[in-house]
Amino acid sequence: MTLQQPIQSAQGSGPAAGATFDVAVIGAGVVGCAMARRFALEGAHVAVLEKAPDILDGASKANSAILHTGFDAPAGSLELACVQEGYREYLEIRHDLGLVHERSGAFVVAWDEAQLGALEAIRAHAHANGVTDVQIVTARELRTREPNLSHAALGAVEVPGEGIIDPWSAPQVYLEQALANGASLLTGCEVTGGRFDAGVWHLQTTTGVLKARHVINCAGLYGDLVDQAVLGCAAFRITPRKGQFVVFDKAARDLVSAIILPVPTERTKGVVVFRTVFGNLAVGPTAEDQQSRSDASTDEAALRALIADGIAKVPALEHMPVTATYAGLRPASEEKEYRIHTTPDRNWITVGGIRSTGLSGALGIARHVYRLYSQDGPAHERLENPVVPKARMLAESGPRDWKCDDHGEIVCHCELVTRREIEAALAGPLAARSLAGLKRQTRVTMGRCQGFFCTARLAELSAGHFDRPLAEETGDA
Amino acid sequence: MREPALNRGGAIDVAVIGGGPAGLAAATELKRAGIGRVVVLEREQEAGGIPRHCGHPPFGMREFGRVLRGPVYAARLVARARRAGVEIHTGASVVEARPGGDLLLAVARGVQEISARRVICATGVRERPRSARLISGARVAGVLNTGALQSLVYLKRLRPFRRPVIVGSELVAFSAIMTCRHAGIRPVAMIEPGPRVTARWPSALFPRLAGVRLMTGTRLLEITGEGAVSGVVVEGPGGERQRIACDGVVLSGRFTPESTLARSGHLQVDPATGGPVVDQWGRCSDAAYFATGNLLRPVETAGWSWREGRQCGQHVAADLAGNLPREDAFLRLEAAGPALKYVMPQRLSLPHAAAGMKDLQLRVGREVRGALVAVNEQGVVWREKIHARPERRLLVPVGEIAAGVAAQPSGSRLVFEIREGAG
Repeated sequence: MTLQQPIQSAQGSGPAAGATFDVAVIGAGVVGCAMARRFALEGAHVAVLEKAPDILDGASKANSAILHTGFDAPAGSLELACVQEGYREYLEIRHDLGLVHERSGAFVVAWDEAQLGALEAIRAHAHANGVTDVQIVTARELRTREPNLSHAALGAVEVPGEGIIDPWSAPQVYLEQALANGASLLTGCEVTGGRFDAGVWHLQTTTGVLKARHVINCAGLYGDLVDQAVLGCAAFRITPRKGQFVVFDKAARDLVSAIILPVPTERTKGVVVFRTVFGNLAVGPTAEDQQSRSDASTDEAALRALIADGIAKVPALEHMPVTATYAGLRPASEEKEYRIHTTPDRNWITVGGIRSTGLSGALGIARHVYRLYSQDGPAHERLENPVVPKARMLAESGPRDWKCDDHGEIVCHCELVTRREIEAALAGPLAARSLAGLKRQTRVTMGRCQGFFCTARLAELSAGHFDRPLAEETGDA
Repeated sequence: MREPALNRGGAIDVAVIGGGPAGLAAATELKRAGIGRVVVLEREQEAGGIPRHCGHPPFGMREFGRVLRGPVYAARLVARARRAGVEIHTGASVVEARPGGDLLLAVARGVQEISARRVICATGVRERPRSARLISGARVAGVLNTGALQSLVYLKRLRPFRRPVIVGSELVAFSAIMTCRHAGIRPVAMIEPGPRVTARWPSALFPRLAGVRLMTGTRLLEITGEGAVSGVVVEGPGGERQRIACDGVVLSGRFTPESTLARSGHLQVDPATGGPVVDQWGRCSDAAYFATGNLLRPVETAGWSWREGRQCGQHVAADLAGNLPREDAFLRLEAAGPALKYVMPQRLSLPHAAAGMKDLQLRVGREVRGALVAVNEQGVVWREKIHARPERRLLVPVGEIAAGVAAQPSGSRLVFEIREGAG
């Protein structure tokens, strides 16, 4: 279905006119996208409500793009169950949906004696979590496997199943599959309140009232606020945790082959050195608790500290230029656990506190929530032959569009983004409405020059598509 | 004029990557020297390079003996190259440079592989973006380099903001002001962390500031805004902070060579220049590859790059004719930072050190007063008194160095350093 269909189908006022959806999913982050897909595949009539003009615009816009095995998740936790179920489903649907997965493996590296002493507990914990291929490797073996790692490394736990994925193309294709199978997406649609009446929610939104029998709150950084606004109370409170990242030049990509994890502390999993499927090497995140749910600013001191951390672990990074810096916000809550609550008497399910494993856990979370939903309410008829769209291929190792015939022209030279890719991202139900959205869909301007060469061409190609144009006409023709 | 397809028309003698002043000059010179098939590979849809979007003078004094605007100058270079018989292929992006002169290209129809007997890399420079400068603050729209601003204004007649702050005071910052004025954009301030304007002829450029407030000794601390730039926070010479309201930021200068191909491939890169390591012929670590123009080091004018390109063309023509001396031994040249930022070339091929580039190019990172000396294991082999302001180019005649180092063992180092206060 198209972007605005529910609004246009109104007999005058707002998205609710006419249709009553089975399920309204609030938020088109990675969890909301996976949720919409699951419910659509199960046969539900789904509406996705996103307050931003583009999808994946909150916590999901910046992360470390790792598909986790759950080796280090709290034992017996819902997070562990969801991450592992999500991991399995990702691998199952990967081929059909054209998803990228590079099984790079990870090393949890000990840099001092105390950390070395902690490795056995990490290994044992992983085995208890069912990740039984995890093993301890000696400093010598680590050096053979990762010759560019600092020789200060004393040993490591190897986690062969950890891998890297495309953090934007995957959730986008989840949502595309939902849309292709009957779901609707409303962007620029913020939920401000609601009323539950005779088994139907009347959600007030900035674009009108939407009716749905059930609501699933996947509002991420705003999850507690949405619960408060609509239910009148929230069972948890989000404290955004900012993570800054530094992305090094593509020439650094091969300096490590696996994900280099630190021994975690009580508070954070620590600073990771990781490759991306786009061919970069990145270092991050920091872990900075803050009040703001939107401020993803970077600061020089933190970025310098990350670079120093990276160089300490991989000395050859010293001469590598920085390509990009970014920051993301994780929707952490008071507890180190997902906060998934049902309010059965009001047909409401809250999916909150998906702190740092949302990308890995999303598909599993969606399955978990569908089970919660169908155990006490209506079940639908699962689609027999659902439409299966293909994800865009942006991974460097994959068949990128620039390698294919007749792509038009290379617009972004650093990331080799073609005109055909840009035109595709500016069309259809998920058409990019901002440069940030276009970047996530195509990688344009995300490379070394950050737009030095292609900004003008992009301004031309995107004219009329963005809510805030890249430039205005000077009128001096 | 229609070019023959790249994969037709016979073996390629020289492929020149980059159709800016240096690349076009090299290609033109090669044709004039009688080389058979010379192709320029330009990834943009038009050749001409950076001057194409500098819609203002002065360009062309060296090359055409008159003052031209950038686009006119670029068009003349292109026309001259074509007249000389150079094939110019636009929309041809070199994705990989492989050993021996094999290139992988992305063109509009897909990918293509070609081989050339020699490859000249002339991919130029770009300004450092916000990310590489680690600038603090909100990541919002409206933060651009001068190059992007110029191509918006001059190539597309678009205006990204109306009241920006310009960061930096290299020559290009004045170009940014001229570009703004052309588009009816009124910069609110030019901020420069150093105590003085960096550009070389400040007195001549001051009138061009034309009402733009110049703030030296002032550092950009933070960019603020939601969605788009709403201001910057700066710190003045006395440590005082203030917020300047603006709707954009132009990050000018702090150039870095566009050395992607070398970095991602097999060619050795000098961390000091950011460009490939070359000898005095401009020859890279793979002898099938040469480099020229601003790729060699940041940054010189179009005219300077053009002259380098022309000379590189001569060297490559000599190489193809078997007339470039073989390297029996070499010296490594290094610059001691932070007073000196780099020395280029980074290698002297022996025994003919005094042929090829006439001068070594060095650049100072801060104001220096004293002596520039060249030191090897035997001690000081060359010295000269200097007084130079930040970012000044120093030229050291290769001939003067060559005499003192001819007998050094291959692979030994010659280090240039500044001795402050020494005469």
